[in-house]
Amino acid sequence: MIDRKLLEEHNLTEEEYMKIKEILGREPNLVELGLFSVMWSEHCSYKSSRIHLSKLPTRGKYLIQGPGENAGVVEAAGKAVVFKVESHNHPSFVEPYQGAATGVGGILRDIFTMGARPIALLDSLHFGPLSNPRNRAIMEGVVSGIAGYGNPMGVPTVGGEIDFEEEFSHNPLVNVMCVGIAERDRIFYARAGEPGLSLIYAGAPTGRDGIHGATMASAEFGSETEHKKVNVQVGDPFKEKLLLEATLEVMEKNLIVGIQDMGAAGLTSSSSEMASKSGVGVELNLDNVPLREEGMTPYEILLSESQERMLMVARKGKEGEIKDIFEKWGIEARVVGRTIKEKRFKAVWKGKVVADVPVDSLAGAAPKYDRPYTKPTIDEKLDTEWLEKRDWGEVLRKVISSEYMASRKWVYEQYDHMVQINTVLLPGLGPSVLRIKGKKEGIALTIDTNPSWGRSNPRLGAVLTVAEAFRNLASVGAEPLGITNCLNFGNPEKPEIMGQFVETVEGMKEALEFFDVPVTGGNVSFYNETEGKAIPPSVAIGAVGLIPDLSVLPGPERVEEGDWIYLLGWTGEDIGSSIYLKVVFGESGGKVPEIDLRQEKELQSEVIKLIRENQVSFAFDLAPGGLLPNLAEALFAINRGAVLRIKPQVEEVFYLYGESPSRMVIISPYEITSTRVPIEKIGRIEGDRLTVFSHGRKIVDEGVDSLKKTWEDFFHILFDR
Amino acid sequence: MGNRKVKFGVVVYPGTNCDRDTYHAIKEVAGEDARYLWHRDTDLKGSQVIVLPGGFSYGDYLRSGAIARFSPIMEAIKDFAEAGGLVLGICNGFQILLEAGLLPGAMLRNKGLRFICRFVDLVVENDETPFTLLYKKGERLRIPIAHIDGNFFAEPEVIAEMERDRRIVLRYVHNPNGSIHDTAGIINSMGNVMGLMPHPERASESIVGSTDGLRMFLSAAKYVRES
Repeated sequence: MIDRKLLEEHNLTEEEYMKIKEILGREPNLVELGLFSVMWSEHCSYKSSRIHLSKLPTRGKYLIQGPGENAGVVEAAGKAVVFKVESHNHPSFVEPYQGAATGVGGILRDIFTMGARPIALLDSLHFGPLSNPRNRAIMEGVVSGIAGYGNPMGVPTVGGEIDFEEEFSHNPLVNVMCVGIAERDRIFYARAGEPGLSLIYAGAPTGRDGIHGATMASAEFGSETEHKKVNVQVGDPFKEKLLLEATLEVMEKNLIVGIQDMGAAGLTSSSSEMASKSGVGVELNLDNVPLREEGMTPYEILLSESQERMLMVARKGKEGEIKDIFEKWGIEARVVGRTIKEKRFKAVWKGKVVADVPVDSLAGAAPKYDRPYTKPTIDEKLDTEWLEKRDWGEVLRKVISSEYMASRKWVYEQYDHMVQINTVLLPGLGPSVLRIKGKKEGIALTIDTNPSWGRSNPRLGAVLTVAEAFRNLASVGAEPLGITNCLNFGNPEKPEIMGQFVETVEGMKEALEFFDVPVTGGNVSFYNETEGKAIPPSVAIGAVGLIPDLSVLPGPERVEEGDWIYLLGWTGEDIGSSIYLKVVFGESGGKVPEIDLRQEKELQSEVIKLIRENQVSFAFDLAPGGLLPNLAEALFAINRGAVLRIKPQVEEVFYLYGESPSRMVIISPYEITSTRVPIEKIGRIEGDRLTVFSHGRKIVDEGVDSLKKTWEDFFHILFDR
Repeated sequence: MGNRKVKFGVVVYPGTNCDRDTYHAIKEVAGEDARYLWHRDTDLKGSQVIVLPGGFSYGDYLRSGAIARFSPIMEAIKDFAEAGGLVLGICNGFQILLEAGLLPGAMLRNKGLRFICRFVDLVVENDETPFTLLYKKGERLRIPIAHIDGNFFAEPEVIAEMERDRRIVLRYVHNPNGSIHDTAGIINSMGNVMGLMPHPERASESIVGSTDGLRMFLSAAKYVRES
C-alpha cells in the first residue's frame, strides 16, 4: 500500500522509510507515515543542521536556558528574558499577509508558552528589488500582516531591518523575533511530568489548514507553488490575545506541569515532544479534539497546523480550575488524552487505535545527516573604478534615498511600537531600547542580517554579522547577554549550499566564542530556493543586551550645538559588498571587509565605557552604509547640521562610504581621548547643513532638511502615491 | 476630602490591550487608586472615574467598538455617566463610547487607510473640562496615537454645535487621519464623558518621551477630589 509516490508526497526517502519499518517492526499505516513525515521533516528535526549546530557555544554567565526549549532564556536585572527568532519564509511567499501574521502568532506562542509576557517583536525582512511590482505587493502584504497580528496582541514591534536582494524575489525572508519577561522561578517548559496526567487542549478548534506546512518548508518551490495556498494557516490575533491572557493566568496559579504550543506538526509534535522529554508516553483521544470542519480524518487531526492552540499537562486534579480560567476568557479547553507509562505515542479514534509508535522515534530519533559539502568560492573582487572620486554630496543623496537606506518610517508607523510603554528609543535608529518597569536597568535588542556579506564570503559574513549585532548594542552602552539566530539557506542536499551552511556556522562559532556569548536557540530555514535558484546565505542574529543604568542612555535629543563628533576605530580599504557599490554601480558583490575581533572588542568596550561614564550624547555604528550616510541619518534625528574636517589617509571612498567593521562615531560635548582605540575629532554639530572638508577642500555641502526629505519620502512615494 | 486617592476603574474587554498601561499610569505615576473592571461585571466597585482603555475589544470584528457596547458593564457605565460620573474613553475606548451613544459622531478608517503609530502635536482647545483643568487653553501637547480607525466624523450641524459649545477639547496640529475639524478629543454636552484618540497613558513619563498626558488623569482626580 505504501509506494514510492506516497513516500514522495510525504517527502520521505527510501532509507528513511526502511528505518521507520525497522523501528516499528512492521509497515506503518498511513497515519503513522504522516507522523514520521512531519516529525522527520527538516523543519521539525533539523536533520541536516544538527551536527553542525552542536558546535556553537551554549554556555554563558547570564544563561538560564539554552537551545532545546521553545525559547532561550537569559537573566537581566533579576528577571528572566525569554527570546527566540523564527522564520516564516515559505508561507509568506505563498500568502504574504497570512504568512507573516501567523509567523508573528507562532513566535509569540513560543514566548508565552515559557511563562513570559511578550514585551517586544522585531522583524528581519528581505525582499526582491522594489522596482518589481510583485515584490512591492509581497512587502506590502508582509508589513500589513505583521501589523495586523502584532498590533491587536498589544505587543510592540519595536525594531528590525528590511533589505533587498534580487534572489529574494521568489524567496522572501520573514524572520520574526519575540522577547518576553518572566520571573526567574516561574519559567515553564515542555514537560509531561509523570504517567496518568491529563493532556488539555485549549484554543481554536482544529481545521484542515496547514496540514504538512512543516513538510512544505522542507522542500524547494517549483513553478506550481501557487497550489500550496491550502498549506498556509490563517491567523486570528483576537483568539491569540485571549489565549495569552488565559495561559499566563493558568501559569500564575500554578495549575500545569508542562506546556507546548501546537505549531508545526500541531498536536503530534507538541504531545510527543513533551512526553519524550519526560520519559513517558501519551495516549490521545482524537474524538475529544475540537474540530472546525466535519469529516476530518485522524491523519488530518494529528497533522493540522491550525493556529492559536496550546497543549498542557495538568497538575493532578486541576483540570476543572484550568477549564474555568479558559472559559472566563471565552476559550474552549478539553481533555484530549493522558500521559502513560509505556513510552509510546498512541492515538485512538472511534474506539480504534489509529497510530501506535515509540514516542522517542518521533521526537528524538529522526535521522541526522552529515551531508556532503564543498567549500564556497570567495568573492575577492576589487575594481579600481570603484575607488574614483565623485561628487560625494550627490552620492549621499542617492544612497540615503535608495531602498537600502531610506527611512523605514512608512513601515514602523504601521506597527504599534509604543504599547506597554517601555519603548525608550523609538524605532529608526540603532537598536531598540526598552525599560523594565521599576528597575534602573534596561534591555537593548537588535536583529541583524547581511546577505551581501554571506553571498561573497559565508564564513566571514557570519563573523561580521555577529560583530555588527554586538556593535549595535554597544552604541547604547549595552553588553550582549545571549543571541538567538535564524539561518536561512537554499537546498542543503546540494553540496555547495551545505558548504555555505557549514562555513556560516563556523563563522558564528568563531565570533561567539571570542565574545563569550552563548546561542540560546534559534531556527534553521532550508530550501529557500525556487526553480534551482537559492537565496544567498542569510544569518539573522538576534541579540539581547543589558544596559545597567538607563539614566545615562545616549540619544539624539541630548545632542547640542557645538558638540564634538569623534570617529573611533580602524578605517580599512573596504568597499566590496557595500551599499555604495549597489547604489552607484549596481554591483552586489566584491571583497567582504576583514575584521580583527580583538580590535572590534576593544572598540565596543571603549564605547560602552564612555557611555557608562556619561561622556556620550549620542553614538552610532557605521556599517552598513559607511560614515557619511550614517552620520546624515543621525543628523536627521538630531535635527541639526554638522561641519566635518577630515584628513583621510586612504581613498576618500573608503573613508566616507566604506564598510570597515570596527568603526563608530560618538558625539560629545567633552574632549575625549583613548589609549586603546584610534580616535579622531572629525567635526562638530553646527548649523543646519552637512558640510565636509577633506584636507581643507570642500567636498560635501548639503542642507540637512532637504536630505531628510528625500530620505523620508522614498517608501511613501512608492506605496502611497 | 484632603488628599484621599481617587478610585479609577479601568475596564477590560476581551481584546483590550492598553489596560495594564492605563492602570500603570494612574496608579504608579499619577499615584491615584486603580482597579480593573471586567466586561461581565455589572458593578463599578465604587469607581469615581471610569476609563475605557485602548485595544481591540472583541477583536474589533464588525466595527471598532461595535460589540463592546453590548457588554454587561456598559449598562452600569451608562447609568454612572447619566448621574454625572466621569468617563474617559481612550482610542478604542473612545470608539466604544461613540458606538454606545455616549458621545456623538462616528469613526471612519484613517484617510491613508493604514494604521498609524507616532507622536503627534495637539492643541488644548478647552481647559475647563474635568479632564483638562490642569492644562492651559492653547497649550501644545505631544502625545502618541496608534490606530487605524481614528478619522472622526459627525454631521455638520453636530460639529457646529460642538464648536459653539467648545466641546472639541483637543485638536491635531497636523491632522494625521482626516478627522473633521482636526478633532482629536471631544466631550459630551453634560461635560463629564470625554473621548480621545491619542494615548495619554503613553505620555506620562519622561523616559518614554513625554509627560504631557499625565495631567489628564491628574485633572480628573483633582476634579473628583474637589467636587
